[in-house]
Amino acid sequence: MSHGPSASGGATLKPSPGHHDAPHEPVFTGATRAALDELITRYPTKQAVLLPALWMLQEARGWVSEAGMAEVAALLGITPAYVKGVVTFYTMYHQHPVGKYFIQVCTTSPCNVCGAEDVVKAFLETTGCGELGVTSDDGRYTVIEVECLGACGFATPVMVNSDFLESVTPDTVPGLLARYQ
Amino acid sequence: MGYPHQPHPRESLVLSKHFGTPEARTLDGWKKRGGYQALEMALGMDPVAIQNVVKESGLRGRGGAGFPTGLKWSFMKIGDGKPHYLCCNADESEPGTFKDREIMRWTPHALIEGVAIGAYAIGAETAYIYIRGEFTEPIERMEAALVEARAAGIIGPNAMGTGKTVNVWVHKGAGAYICGEETALMNSIEGKRGNPRIKPPFPAVAGLFGMPTTINNVETLAAVPHILVNGAEWYKKLGRPDNPKSTGTKLWSVCGNIVRPGNYEVEMGFPFGEFLHEVCGGALPGRTLKAIIPGGSSVPIITLEEAERGLMDYEGMVAVGTMLGSAGCIVIDSAQSMPKQIARLARFYAHESCAQCTQCREGTAWTTKILERMVAGDGTAEDFDTLLEIAENMTGKTICVLSDSCATPVISGIQKFRHEFEALITRTTVHAVPVVVA
Repeated sequence: MSHGPSASGGATLKPSPGHHDAPHEPVFTGATRAALDELITRYPTKQAVLLPALWMLQEARGWVSEAGMAEVAALLGITPAYVKGVVTFYTMYHQHPVGKYFIQVCTTSPCNVCGAEDVVKAFLETTGCGELGVTSDDGRYTVIEVECLGACGFATPVMVNSDFLESVTPDTVPGLLARYQ
Repeated sequence: MGYPHQPHPRESLVLSKHFGTPEARTLDGWKKRGGYQALEMALGMDPVAIQNVVKESGLRGRGGAGFPTGLKWSFMKIGDGKPHYLCCNADESEPGTFKDREIMRWTPHALIEGVAIGAYAIGAETAYIYIRGEFTEPIERMEAALVEARAAGIIGPNAMGTGKTVNVWVHKGAGAYICGEETALMNSIEGKRGNPRIKPPFPAVAGLFGMPTTINNVETLAAVPHILVNGAEWYKKLGRPDNPKSTGTKLWSVCGNIVRPGNYEVEMGFPFGEFLHEVCGGALPGRTLKAIIPGGSSVPIITLEEAERGLMDYEGMVAVGTMLGSAGCIVIDSAQSMPKQIARLARFYAHESCAQCTQCREGTAWTTKILERMVAGDGTAEDFDTLLEIAENMTGKTICVLSDSCATPVISGIQKFRHEFEALITRTTVHAVPVVVA
């Protein structure tokens, strides 16, 4: 939730051209639909599966599009506007396509005092992204700063998609990235 | 994924005894270590009797507020004909805190057992473990353990063959610190924006899906099986004899500029100075410790001297001007700029404000903007008064305490490290002429 006069954080994603125009193929069919229906049985309301449904959507498409939100809204009996309100509240749903590898570097104070800003620099340089929130020209990487990842004793924690890496230093960044090509 | 450090001889291992032992993650491995005896015992007890044991033990909430757990459970009216819910708060996002993550990574069955006992004790047939979305490994570990526990009939519609229903589900968050606030957490499970709710009504009256609900932290629930098996008297003896208000052991997450960061489990009331210097190895070579934030970023910053006088329990931390909080201890040394780190904390809160209260939405943002300007060398002498006035207006005036949490490091930081801020100002504006910022 970036807002107000200090909205200077690095978490804002910058939309990249392309991708957006592809027509939306429904996600909730077959096994995915069955998985969603099973989830619904765990709660007294349908709406309670909104966060899980958005996760499934993002897993299938790499990001959460407006058409995808509309599909979820129809399934759960809520409005697309309501779904968008929820999507924009949470930082982990991508409202634009991102690089093949989405890299989140923790820079909150506990990691900051251990040199996390240098880790960010190393990622921006080695990936060629240059700037936070921008996807590299080859579409491979997007780097953002993230607020506390909850692994402060293993500074600096970094997430690459769903991989959770610990104790990353500027020196280990090139070796790590070699695993994500 | 990282392994924990070797335990220090002065630690008291109860919750963390099996951290680092992969076998303890499996159902068989957990049972070999005494797992699920407490649940079996609990399901044969009257729920109120369980509440009373926990009350008697003195266990208090480990998420930050320190509310007595048994008392909280007793607010749930058993047999009122309504569905009850237990929410386990595993949204661990308080900067400096990473203890619940280790409980879930290494001993997932310990948490399931605690959750199942807690649910039964409050008359709930359904419990949700709300885990922050970034915790991919803890989510995997918990899901795998839940599959095992369901398959073995330990939880589910006929838990341990008793005919009692205890369903436990994981609910994955999606990136929002505020969802660790209990009413925001409930909104998030309901598929809403994670805005905190106005209290009253309190969750025990109208909580998740409008029904009576209890929210407990991971570490709190993980302690419950030990209390049931070993007894309230055993638990009460852990801690300093002159302070019966803080009982048991506490997991401390230690991070920042210290030789051996990691999770440590010590009895309540352990001497903080010895803990920092001896157990955690003290300052890095060639550096000295300067500031300690002992309970996660939302508690007042204290100096090393104050910390060295402190005792590590709820009252001991208050006595040195801070709070135990979530026991996420951030250590800051002489090589760091306090204004820079305080500005960084303010930015954290500005980013995480849900923005529904004006004081918080505007206050966190303006605090950040002013602090970042000071750090950039464009501060003025008036900034101190402005920051403190904003902080005053952010304290005790909002729906939840995120706003207060942003004001806390600003107030304590200026109070204790004002010279560092002043050094930034005199460097550029000798006579403190106000600078107009667009």
